[in-house]
Amino acid sequence: MTAAAIPASSPATTGEQPGVRLARSRRNAELSLLLVAMVLVAAYGAMVEAKVLDTVTADFWMPAAALTAVFLGLHLVIRFLAPFADPALLPAVALLNGIGVGFLRRIDLGKAAPTEREDLAIFAGTGGRQLAWTLVSVILAAGLLTIMRDHRSVSRYAYTLGLAGIVLVMIPAVLPSRFSEINGAKLWIKFGDSFSIQPGEFAKLALLVFFAYYLVRKREVLSLASRRFLGIDFPRGRDLGPVVAVWLVSVLVLVFEKDLGTSLLYFGMFVVTLYIATERVSWLLIGLVLFFGGVYLAYVLGDVVGGPFANFYLRAQIWLDPFADPYNDGYQLVQGLLALGTGGLFGAGPGGGQPGLLPEVQNDFIFAGIGEEIGLFGLSALLVVYLLIVERGLRAALAVRDSFGKLLAGGLAFTLGLQVFVIVGGISKLIPLTGQTTPFLSAGGSSLMANWLLIAALLRISDGARRPVAGGGGKAARPSGGPPEQLHGAPTEVIRP
Amino acid sequence: MNAPLRRVGVVVMVLFGLLFANLNWIQAYKADEYRTSDYNGRVQVAEYERKRGNIEAGGTAFALSKETDGELKFQRSYPGGARYAHILGYKPVNLAETGIEKFENDFLAGTSDALIANRVKDMFTGDQSGGGNVLLTVSKGAQNTAFEQLRNNRVDAAKGAAIAVDPRTGAVQALVSMPSFDPNPLVSHSTNEATAAYNKLEQDPAGPLKNRALGEVLPPGSTFKIVVAAAALESGVGQQTRIPAGASWTPPTSGTPIRNAAPSICPEDEVTLINAVTESCNTGFAQMGVRLGADKIKEKARQFGFEQEDLTVGHLNEAGHPVAASRTGSMENADGGADPAALAQSSIGQRDVRMTPLQGALIAASVANGGSQMRPYLVRQLLAPDRTTSYYTAKPRELRQPVSGQVAKDLRDMMVSVVENGSGTNAQLRGYTVGGKTGTAQSAPDRPDHGWFIGFALDKNGTPVSAVCVMLEQAGPGGSAEAARIAGQIMRAAIADPGGR
Repeated sequence: MTAAAIPASSPATTGEQPGVRLARSRRNAELSLLLVAMVLVAAYGAMVEAKVLDTVTADFWMPAAALTAVFLGLHLVIRFLAPFADPALLPAVALLNGIGVGFLRRIDLGKAAPTEREDLAIFAGTGGRQLAWTLVSVILAAGLLTIMRDHRSVSRYAYTLGLAGIVLVMIPAVLPSRFSEINGAKLWIKFGDSFSIQPGEFAKLALLVFFAYYLVRKREVLSLASRRFLGIDFPRGRDLGPVVAVWLVSVLVLVFEKDLGTSLLYFGMFVVTLYIATERVSWLLIGLVLFFGGVYLAYVLGDVVGGPFANFYLRAQIWLDPFADPYNDGYQLVQGLLALGTGGLFGAGPGGGQPGLLPEVQNDFIFAGIGEEIGLFGLSALLVVYLLIVERGLRAALAVRDSFGKLLAGGLAFTLGLQVFVIVGGISKLIPLTGQTTPFLSAGGSSLMANWLLIAALLRISDGARRPVAGGGGKAARPSGGPPEQLHGAPTEVIRP
Repeated sequence: MNAPLRRVGVVVMVLFGLLFANLNWIQAYKADEYRTSDYNGRVQVAEYERKRGNIEAGGTAFALSKETDGELKFQRSYPGGARYAHILGYKPVNLAETGIEKFENDFLAGTSDALIANRVKDMFTGDQSGGGNVLLTVSKGAQNTAFEQLRNNRVDAAKGAAIAVDPRTGAVQALVSMPSFDPNPLVSHSTNEATAAYNKLEQDPAGPLKNRALGEVLPPGSTFKIVVAAAALESGVGQQTRIPAGASWTPPTSGTPIRNAAPSICPEDEVTLINAVTESCNTGFAQMGVRLGADKIKEKARQFGFEQEDLTVGHLNEAGHPVAASRTGSMENADGGADPAALAQSSIGQRDVRMTPLQGALIAASVANGGSQMRPYLVRQLLAPDRTTSYYTAKPRELRQPVSGQVAKDLRDMMVSVVENGSGTNAQLRGYTVGGKTGTAQSAPDRPDHGWFIGFALDKNGTPVSAVCVMLEQAGPGGSAEAARIAGQIMRAAIADPGGR
């Protein structure tokens, strides 16, 4: 009865397992945030209908409700299988995903004939497809959380995944164009006319697992056994060889698939994981020099030689002056800038813009389309949500105890952030435009699935990071296989500031 | 590995900071520039959200908007097709608008300041604000006749123009430029279709987009003799004064003799001024021009409206179709001295003299209207979207007074003589007094001549009811007689259907 006398507000002294109680799972916070996000998504849908249809239909809540149901399902899975996962990740991603579905549905409404608008079923059109893809993606994410009870277990398949990554990247390159080419880029595997997947989105994840695993294993050799040249420490070729080879193959393939955005993404991913693993700033410098040198070389070669570099040269020209050819080459970028400018500070209001004027508004230019309607303030809010996801991912990387987890989480989070930077920077003329999806917003199943898997991985790692150290803690027991044999990530790292 | 991870976190923040700064640049600093950019179709889409007003003539809408199912809510349509194209212009989605559609754009679109009370009212009543309606002065009958007669002219001229004005007010009764075009494909909501249609018209060597009635300047030929006659009358020459003529006359400094159009025209050594006009005696006018001097002729032409560069035809107070300046050109030597040869040729409307069809009609109108030239206009009234309020009603204004009442009367008599006894008999109308002057102008040595006619009609009381100019480009022999016939038809129609209501 002594416990009753102690105030309940002191959780450390109540319950039988003080160690476990110390770390709060914060699942209820996640639930509340998720519900707030879903209310925002429903309100967005209502505003769109009010503007486009001049009335809010009785069914406006249906897409938001469907999303809420599936996210609640994922929330339950997290509650049971990853109880200590970061509580901000799911609501943040759910908000972006919901806004994406809502905006794609808004595009469908705009395209539909006025008489058909009110009857647009929730699974109709691009918005409906996106909703369906969200359901599939979230189920996949839940599946990954279920199978992967400990993030370290994936390291067992690192080489397999690395190989799979290369194969995935290469498939579209070797397939005949009619099975792989959309809008001039060979990035897809097409099944019929309506269904296609973009294997590169998944390859990103697989390659990252391989990088993380390999770099962690070779970490010490890479940082210690190095040769000094020009004041920079270079690792021995045989240590760095495999990872450079994998990276080089994928980048080369992408260059020939004319997907500059993704090759830039892979390059950034590679340099940053290398930097995190070796803690050598020199890698960043080498990476930047190589990158800008390569860009400049490609630009010059594109001007002089043309051929495979012509595409890049053209893009750079468009970037330098999109208004030079506003109706042809520069059309898309010009229209994107005009959309953003027209939106101004407050935007035209959900449903009030003209996304129909933007080519590829459902993919590359979705951020400009949304920006016209929610303005600078709305876009800033979206950027903050992205930043929150990235920084939460990095925080999981900081807190997790094993090197593999650190490198994987850091790489995943940075890759997501870099992707947002590349596409948003591209459409707003900060950097040359390269084709990329905007994570969780752009239409497309591959991107959505891959990014949800990425989030599942971050959730799993953050769960590992925040889970109490005490053995046997938490409701979820260790998977039957137990932790993999000692990876080179001993929990020593946690002590280092 | 935590230190680099932290730095990566900082890098991501910097990257996002750059995005944020850049979005501020675009959405705040450059927002206005982008919003109002010519490449921005959004403003236009918004424009199509509101029903654009009608442009009407004689109670019929010849430019109107219908609701559609597309992204652009209203589709512009021109039921008159090619017939009204050069008056109305067109309002395309992605190209520049022209004509009345351009000059009255704010009012038609409903964005004009005049309509602000209307918009505020609609905001409270929840009605859809529309654009205002523009009522034209054009007479449907005269416009139809001008279009059909020009198109089916009997000398097979491919290009030409006709314009009729009310001499008492300056109200345009008909305005046709040939060849014309159908503006409907240009306002297609499919920008590709519209651009293709535009490119086809623009590349057409016949220049269908060109408004020849207001924009084309050609040598006026003998119609210019009215200006010279006016100068002569003011220098003391009377209708019955005998002036030197002859079958051929060679100016003092030039070996090129000036001849008459036919040997039967004024072969005698002297003719009266009225006969010189009636027969269109080249030798008589060439000699008289040299005697009067370049300054007098140029000054008289300027008083009739030559050299004016800023005339517009539309709204009386504001913008309208710009009118090309008519020119008398140089009548001097290269060194600035008098050049009788150049002066002689200019006096019969050749050499560097150039005139628009509108200028021709204004000369005839000033003569008919007792020497007072009224400013031409096309917009009679601006009506509110609900047609209850009138925002503007044209108040005719005198533009200039080129000749005195007496000189005008003399000129009128001589022009009437042309139609009754001379080269303009084709323009006669039963029950009306018609006056006019034909003109045949050489364009180039190897090309057919242009045919001109300027003229007017007076009713039984001597009140002028219509003044007209018809021009047939490279019409060849019989061109001016055909122009006179067409002018008569247009005036007959204008009298029967006196214009916009």
